[in-house]
Amino acid sequence: MTKTPILQVKDLHTHFQTGGGLFAEKTWLKAVNGISFDIHEGEVLSLVGESGCGKSTVGRTLTHLEPSTSGKALFNGTDILPMTGAEFRPLRRDIQMIFQDPFASLNPRLTIEQTLAEPLFIHGLAASKTDARAQIAETMELVGMDPKVMARYPHEFSGGQRQRIGIARVMILKPKLVIADEAVSALDVSIQAQVLNLIKKLQRDSGVSMLFISHDLGVVRHISDRVAVMFQGQIVETGDKQQIFEAPAHEYTKKLLSSIPRITERVA
Amino acid sequence: MALLDVTDLEIAVAAGGKLLPVVRGVSFAIEENETLGIVGESGCGKSLTSLAIMGLLEGSQVRITGGSIQFDGRELTTLSAEDRRAIMGDQMAMIFQEPMTSLNPVYRIGDQIVETLRQHRDMTKGQARDRAIELLDLVRIPEPTRRVDSFPHQMSGGQRQRVMIAMALACDPKLLIADEPTTALDVTVQKEVLDLMADLQTRTGTAIVLISHDLGVIAETCDKVAVMYRGKIAEAATTRELFSNMSHPYTRGLLNSIPVVDHDVEWLEAIPGRVPTIDEVLPGCAFHPRCPLAEDRCNAEDPAPRDVANGHAVRCHFAGGAA
Repeated sequence: MTKTPILQVKDLHTHFQTGGGLFAEKTWLKAVNGISFDIHEGEVLSLVGESGCGKSTVGRTLTHLEPSTSGKALFNGTDILPMTGAEFRPLRRDIQMIFQDPFASLNPRLTIEQTLAEPLFIHGLAASKTDARAQIAETMELVGMDPKVMARYPHEFSGGQRQRIGIARVMILKPKLVIADEAVSALDVSIQAQVLNLIKKLQRDSGVSMLFISHDLGVVRHISDRVAVMFQGQIVETGDKQQIFEAPAHEYTKKLLSSIPRITERVA
Repeated sequence: MALLDVTDLEIAVAAGGKLLPVVRGVSFAIEENETLGIVGESGCGKSLTSLAIMGLLEGSQVRITGGSIQFDGRELTTLSAEDRRAIMGDQMAMIFQEPMTSLNPVYRIGDQIVETLRQHRDMTKGQARDRAIELLDLVRIPEPTRRVDSFPHQMSGGQRQRVMIAMALACDPKLLIADEPTTALDVTVQKEVLDLMADLQTRTGTAIVLISHDLGVIAETCDKVAVMYRGKIAEAATTRELFSNMSHPYTRGLLNSIPVVDHDVEWLEAIPGRVPTIDEVLPGCAFHPRCPLAEDRCNAEDPAPRDVANGHAVRCHFAGGAA
């Protein structure tokens, strides 16, 4: 089966100017320095690497939060990188992002209902307030929250619940591609497991494609179909999950895997 | 007598005219050359315990309300500020999670190590500087004679944490408390820093209390482990015993929550619910609302620690067989 991938990234560069000016020569930080990958429909591709490798910049470039320097990103065959803000806006419904910090990514002055209603009205997906409320209740149940709490404000929720709300805000739009940037990294282990299970289940049930950006190899193994390992702005190795974890080819991947502290004697 | 002996430590937070207990009846001991890991999730009281040992709760809303902390035969909870200053940084030292905020950004790192040395040792500036270079070399900072004059921002996160370790070890402390020392670091750097700490311990015999949320880090570095949940030690044992005979349902839940790199698990066995907030008063065992084993008595009766093996204590009605 050779269906066209939902996202094809070709030789993407995102560079930041770090020095120079009017007369001095400009210097550049090549945060993303020529990377290519495909994501197929219903597939989870992880970008894994250490801090500063450029993995977050990839996500931010694909969602127009940073301008790209060169390269292509074909979403359903159309290059989204040269689009203007107005051209890209309708696609924001299809390409959604889950962020790391559930404390910083929710507006403290909006109730959960308002937070979830906003994207529905922006994208014209709710006919009325009643319709919106029905969709909100349905989505809250989907992410394991009681719809009765929709009148509350973010500060009334724990970190894990806030991340569920962040996920609800994304899923309520029924996106085609979700970019999750360190989506479970700020959570305690026992809560991280709940949210990770939730993301995996929602992804399976909805068939949404996902770019999962993380530094945590255990989390990546749990959620991914395929994995791309990034180092210094480039992808050093891409492969099926099994191949990357069982038979890593690149020295850097091997080094990453061998650095993880392990619990050797596990309980049954 | 152990180097550090913590007995029935109680810590409470003053909030709204009430004292809310946050650490309850915590006891442990640590000998020279030993590494004790304290593991638990946010709010379990692991960091407050370490701050209490270091006397860093003074003047905050948090205070020690009971128990004793004996260090090298001296009671720390009743020590005068002056006596405490003589011990801290000299016989006991601490490193924190975020090396950038623990180093003063406007002073050269060498000067910060020199300050610690001259506070506790009768040294000239020149002698202290030589010792600072020696220490930087010890923690494997390349070109220490040049880097001694660097500012913190000129170093990477891993190097900054090594500078913190150098500073902590400046006076050859008998006890080092490391609170999430590698949590802010990349895995490859984490490995270097943990290896360095283990290496330094073999040379100096320093006792280490390592506080971490990461069971993997604990398993690889510690001789014994205390697992904390909601202010109490749920389970304590030697590392080998703990990982081969996990007996508290919380410890098992914590382990099963971790997605591992070495094999595939379809669904993680997450612990349901969430950690109760400090103002929620729960009767019985603090873990019972989330516990797969919970029965009526767990709701009513707080389990006392019971031994399931030599030196392996578990706070659970079901530990070691029948309730």
